[in-house]
Formats: sequence, structure tokens, C-alpha cells
Amino acid sequence: MKCRTCREPAIIDLPRHNANFCAEHFLQLCRRQVAKAIHDHEMFTASDRILVAVSGGKDSLAVWDLLVDLGYRADGLYIALGIGEYSDESRGYAERFAAERGLVLNVVSLREEYGYDVPTAAKATGRVPCSACGMSKRHLFDKAALDGGYDVVVTGHNLDDEAAVLFGNALRWDVEYLARQLPVLPARHGFPRKVKPLIRLTEREMAAWCVVRGIDYIIEECPMAAGNRHLGYKEALNSLEEKSPGTKASYYLGFLDRMAPLLADLAATGADSVRPCARCGAATGVADEHAVDGEIVCAFCRLVERSAAHAPVSVDLVRKKSRAERRATMEVEAR
Amino acid sequence: MKVILRNPRREIVIDGRRRVHALLAELELAREGHLVIRNGTLVPGDAELDRDDVIEIRPVISGGA
Repeated sequence: MKCRTCREPAIIDLPRHNANFCAEHFLQLCRRQVAKAIHDHEMFTASDRILVAVSGGKDSLAVWDLLVDLGYRADGLYIALGIGEYSDESRGYAERFAAERGLVLNVVSLREEYGYDVPTAAKATGRVPCSACGMSKRHLFDKAALDGGYDVVVTGHNLDDEAAVLFGNALRWDVEYLARQLPVLPARHGFPRKVKPLIRLTEREMAAWCVVRGIDYIIEECPMAAGNRHLGYKEALNSLEEKSPGTKASYYLGFLDRMAPLLADLAATGADSVRPCARCGAATGVADEHAVDGEIVCAFCRLVERSAAHAPVSVDLVRKKSRAERRATMEVEAR
Repeated sequence: MKVILRNPRREIVIDGRRRVHALLAELELAREGHLVIRNGTLVPGDAELDRDDVIEIRPVISGGA
């Protein structure tokens, strides 16, 4: 296989582009796709201060690397979620990435600063771990951006992530979520602007970016996420993609072009319906607020209250085995 | 060739030469969900893998949203 651009030997084939690329021109493609997403959706400008939500995984390190490579000023924030060895390892990858490049990485520890971790929160609240994790991260990234004077929070959500969420929302016809599934969430009443510059790049392309750029990242899957519904949606979409390359891009980018504008009025509904939490002062949406002793208390503060009061729970008590783990076990048993 | 698989990490040995897409098909792994890395370098689907190669098949799907 030859590179479409220079005819040198290719390192990657991208069926959705019906093309193959050498390392240099693959990186060029990724930079152009990110620059296009930033420009088309007016995500931020060169003068904005950017906070990148960093997990130590391929997407967050790739988007941080891409933004710095494109000349943007971007700091990182890592949240130590307390998911056993997985969190320890992922933090190491994030810290080494930042140190090697002279970048600023801020760290918030759920256990040290709020008295709980994700496995304990899942057990204490009866939520699935991904729900407790997502709520904690959203609250703390918002808080860090506002406290630190950042103009925008960047997340590493890629095309596969967005297509899978869209698929799930469409299966349930959850039109309010569909209306808000946009690459830019504008700043409003106590919430920072949030953007997703990787929406035009797939998960495979982001992993390849990291390999080519020599970025070490945590390859292991989060033990809390194993077997979740989101992974099932991704596998279903990848099955369609293999039969018809370009399906994920046309599905999600077509939604943004043709469907999202029809839902714009719905997306604006409720945007002003926020009140401050009586405990932490953070802006609280109507859907998240809850009265405790006559006071409005946000979902995060209620999560902290219940989780910090619970005895610590180990990862193994709340995790499911992934399909790959079950398969590996079967391989061993079959020998 | 030695083939390193992930999640969980394990190694298997495959006899003979294979093209990348044939190896993935044999292992029932979706191309869209994996990268193939030979001796530390990415290789495309039609690359021929030799019996002395060390191959990493790296899954790319992550569970976060």
C-alpha cells in the first residue's frame, strides 16, 4: 500500500477515506480534521486559555498534543478517580506526558479532597460506576475551569464516542439529549464552554496518532466500564463501518448538519433554568437539583455526602468482566 | 510469529506468514477496532507478517463517553 499523497509506503489504511497514508501525511490529515472542527464550530481562538480534561488514555493525550502542536495554549486537569491500579497507572501516563513536554497538569483527587472514590460512590448510591464517575468529572472540570479562569474545557470525545451516544439517544428517542449532543456547549450561568475538537476523527485514528507520535497511554480498558452499553453501541457501529466504510462519519456529521438545526429550539429550552447549590455554590440545572432540608443541593454534593459516609469499596466488588476477559479465560480453560 | 493481545494482556504464537487482514480475521478481531503494530511500527492491512515478527494487536475502543 502506498500513501495517497506522496506514494511512499503507507503505515495505515483508512477505508472511510478510501486511502492509505504514510506517517507524515497521516499526521497532516489529523491536524487538518481538528483544525476544521475548531474552525467550523467556532470552538476557541488562539487567545483563549484552554483546560484539557486528561485521563491518561489515548484520546485526551492526543487532543492535548494536537492543540499544542497547532499552537494553542492548553493546560491539563487529571482527576484521580480511585479506580485501583487503573487510576494509579493512568495518572502516571498523564504526568509523564505533561512533564516530558513542559506542560501544566493540575490534579484533583476524589479520595483526598472529597473523601470518596468511584467504586465507593457506585456502591453507596446504587448508580452504575460510569454514572458516578461522569457526574464527578463534569462537576470538577466545570469548577476547575471557572476557578482557574479558563475560557473553555476541551474533552477528547472522538467520532466513535459521539456516534455511539447518538445511537443510544436515537434508540430511546431521547430528544432532549439529542438536541444537546453538540460539539460546542456554550458557557452559561456558572458553566464553562465545553468543546470536542476530535469529532471528525475516529478512535482508531486517535490510537494511531499516539503510536506515530510516540505517546504512551493507558491501553487497558477501565475496569468499571467493561461491558457497559456504550461499548456495545460502538461494536455495533463498527460492524456497520466494516461493511460500509464512512458510516459513522455520515451518521454523526450528518446529524450535526441536518438534524441538530431542527432541534435548536429544544436545545435552548431550559438553558437559563439554573440555581446555585446551597452547599458548594455551583450552578445547578433543574434536572439535577434536589431539596435537602428545604435547600437546593446539587447532585454532586449529594453524591459526596452519601459516598464519603460509606466505607471504602474495592474495585473488584463493583466491576464486571469484559467480553475480552471472558474470552481470554475461556482460551485458558480450553487448553 | 509472536502475537501480543491486550485486555487482558496475553501472548499467542501463530505458525507461518500472514497478511494483517488475514491475521485479524483468523483471530475474529474487527479491523476498525484494532491497530496492528510490527516491531513497534504501525502496518496497514495488506502488510505481510513474517514468522519472526513480534506483533502487537492493540484494541482502540475505550469505554468512556
